[in-house]
Amino acid sequence: MSAVVDVLRQHLIDPEICIRCNTCEETCPIDAITHDSRNYVVDANKCNACNACISPCPTGAIDNWRQVRSATAYSLEEQLSWDSLPMQQEVVADASAIPTDVARLTADAVSGQGGLAPAPWSAAQPVVNLHTLAKPAVATVTGNHPLTTPDASSDIRHIVLDFGSVAFPVLEGQTIGIVPPGTDAQGRPHFVRLYSVASPRDGERPGYNNIALTVKRVTQDHDGNAVRGVASNYLCDLGKGDTVKVVGPFGANFLMPDHPGSSLLMICTGTGAAPMRAMTERRRRRIAKGEGGELMLFFGARAPEELPYFGPLMKLPRDFIDINLAFSRVPGQAKQYVQDLIRVRGDDVVRLLRNEDCYVYVCGLRSMEHGVTEALRDLCRTRELDWDALLPKLRESGRFHLETY
Amino acid sequence: MNIDTTSRIPNNVDLAGDRALNRALEHWQPNFLAWWNDMGPDGTHAFDVYLRTAVSVEPSGWAHFDHVKMPDYRWGIFLAPPVADRKIHFGEHIGEPAWQDVPGEHRANLRRIIVTQGDTEPASVEQQRHLGLTCPSLYDLRNLFQVNVEEGRHLWAMVYLLHRYFGRDGREEADALLQRRSGDTDNPRILGAFNERTPDWLAFFMFTYFTDRDGKFQLCALAESGFDPLARTTKFMLTEEAHHMFVGESGVARVLQRTAQVMKDLATDDPAKLRAAGVIDLPTIQRYLNFHYSVTIDLFGADQSSNAATFYGAGLKGRFEEGKRADDHRLHDATYTVLEVADGRLVEKQAPMRNALNEVLRDDFIRDSVAGIGRWNRVLEKAGVDFRLVVPHKAFNRRIGSLSNTRVSPDGRVVDEAEWKAHEREWLPTPEDRAFVASLMGRVTAPGKFAGWIAPPPIGINKQPIDFEYVRFA
Repeated sequence: MSAVVDVLRQHLIDPEICIRCNTCEETCPIDAITHDSRNYVVDANKCNACNACISPCPTGAIDNWRQVRSATAYSLEEQLSWDSLPMQQEVVADASAIPTDVARLTADAVSGQGGLAPAPWSAAQPVVNLHTLAKPAVATVTGNHPLTTPDASSDIRHIVLDFGSVAFPVLEGQTIGIVPPGTDAQGRPHFVRLYSVASPRDGERPGYNNIALTVKRVTQDHDGNAVRGVASNYLCDLGKGDTVKVVGPFGANFLMPDHPGSSLLMICTGTGAAPMRAMTERRRRRIAKGEGGELMLFFGARAPEELPYFGPLMKLPRDFIDINLAFSRVPGQAKQYVQDLIRVRGDDVVRLLRNEDCYVYVCGLRSMEHGVTEALRDLCRTRELDWDALLPKLRESGRFHLETY
Repeated sequence: MNIDTTSRIPNNVDLAGDRALNRALEHWQPNFLAWWNDMGPDGTHAFDVYLRTAVSVEPSGWAHFDHVKMPDYRWGIFLAPPVADRKIHFGEHIGEPAWQDVPGEHRANLRRIIVTQGDTEPASVEQQRHLGLTCPSLYDLRNLFQVNVEEGRHLWAMVYLLHRYFGRDGREEADALLQRRSGDTDNPRILGAFNERTPDWLAFFMFTYFTDRDGKFQLCALAESGFDPLARTTKFMLTEEAHHMFVGESGVARVLQRTAQVMKDLATDDPAKLRAAGVIDLPTIQRYLNFHYSVTIDLFGADQSSNAATFYGAGLKGRFEEGKRADDHRLHDATYTVLEVADGRLVEKQAPMRNALNEVLRDDFIRDSVAGIGRWNRVLEKAGVDFRLVVPHKAFNRRIGSLSNTRVSPDGRVVDEAEWKAHEREWLPTPEDRAFVASLMGRVTAPGKFAGWIAPPPIGINKQPIDFEYVRFA
């Protein structure tokens, strides 16, 4: 049985180089280019690759292309949410047509290529973009629980969405898009916000068609200015029984390995815990199967009362997961960040980095990226390992996944 | 819409078919070249520069790259393709066919608009003429020259309109555009910001980011004009203006990237240590930003202006993206929020929108500027630096309009003279700041090499490598 692979060369604009001058949108003869206050984007359903926009672009940002399956081309909403271009993903045919062994061989075969960050070879094949903006799924809120105490400096919520009879298959590490109702100050529909799924593939409650999200109410921007996050406040204010428009799922590389004996090294801050919770919960539900593999978690927050899932986390058996919590704002204690604990646990971290069956996941605020990378680099240096040489290898073999915001 | 490149003045306006006009412009051309030789980039006439030249106004043709000597650059007259049956879409003449000739009653105002716009073009060339001597790389030197030749072409665009549509007055104005000089006490350029110095490359990047962005918004407003030749001229100029803003936005971003790198390497945010390491500390960059931002927003004019109302009502100058706005495009009853000082505080009040159109355009500019500063901050964020650049309050350091006689702090408080004096050195570049930045300005001309205060760009021009020989010296 063979599947038809419909591959598209999708035209994209690099948001890190683009200066939003509008020249491309003005030039495009068929109005395939559009923008919001954040990004200029190309509609894959319209663009006919006529290249009229290429030479007028003053920056070169316009000249970017990715091979994608037509069915999973990057939507306008996805592109509008980007701060940088995604790397070229592996383009594979319909997962149902590919036996696991073939997928593993394919992954092995491309592991020597540069730039790819494929999913772990044993990851289950994700379903992507099943529900589009044109036809979003409608979910019902079945729970909205505070994860932080009322006196904490932030409000983080555990929100459960039930899809009823609508299929919405997700894997741990995937994201879903929320479409806030209404319009922005310019009268345009809000763009889609992406949230990592915090529950495992078989549901927040096993066997139910529901998922969980970890949502922090945004009350200030990165600069500390007061701002009301449209989607986060919308979600945090939802009550039981309310309905929400959901698109997705999205993401085909930040996925967990499924093979027995595989280990997870998870590093996160704040709501970056969502995918880690999903993966941990997936493994917890399978403890009885005795599949082996280690779980090591570095988790940072300002204080214990602001650390999502602190309670349930502390109840997990120590021989199941190695938990390292860093708090940066506990009165009377020195500030501690995840990178500090990574350094403290250097021997174990490097042992896992050397383990071909260990997969590394980093998720949280953009500001953690540098510190974590530096800590890993230092650990490697003192243990006869070259981080800068190791990182590309980890990436190529799907063993290093980083998502920061 | 092919460009006639065989005539002395490349054009797509059929100059050959209008002998009197052709003769007048051919008479002006040597004066322009004399001005370029006197006031254009200093000591560069023999350089071969990798420049972009328009060979057609269609998308495929207006970005032709080659090494050329700047005095041989084919400055010409290019109008965007006409739109069939174009109608005036705002003001009292809404719905009437766009004018192909100057309506008598609007002649003086149109001439004034065109002269004011035209005067900025040679002014910025004059302001930037010494920068080539301190370029941080060949790549940057090429970008500077590209900006300069395109400003020269924008002057041609405005001079064409003056010659073609305004008779003797227009020809006199065209001559005067070559006679005023930026910063000259006796015969200065018309607008204040164009008499300020552009003494160093940080100032140049800030200028191209902010002040060329003013140019973008003015051109966008004129591209809506009911006077069709002005609309078509400015529309094509916008494609060139975009390059100038690219130079500014990417230039500052690269300065930030380099500073952030050194901050990490040295694990310090101490300006003295960073200066000693040869990079520009972030507070200094913020003060440059404060200066260029505040000087530039003055360019939009008084917050309430009867001229602005007249230009709009007459259909001469629209709003930014007039055609995309959903209102009646007449604005008789609309109001807009403007700032004024009352009882020692800034207060908002409603003004008739027609009178407040300068403020409307200023606010559009501010939104656009702030978005780009957000992208600069992402450079810092990505590098793990906590510092964030911000725009000062729009009442800060104003010299034009109702806020011009008030001292306002960057965070928007009306302050007395004593407080202003006490903090001015924290808010605006000091002579010491400028001297420090100037001290970094050495000349780097080896292909692929960059001065220590700026990071290399992520990609080259026209897909050339970064170590391409963008400028060849004689």
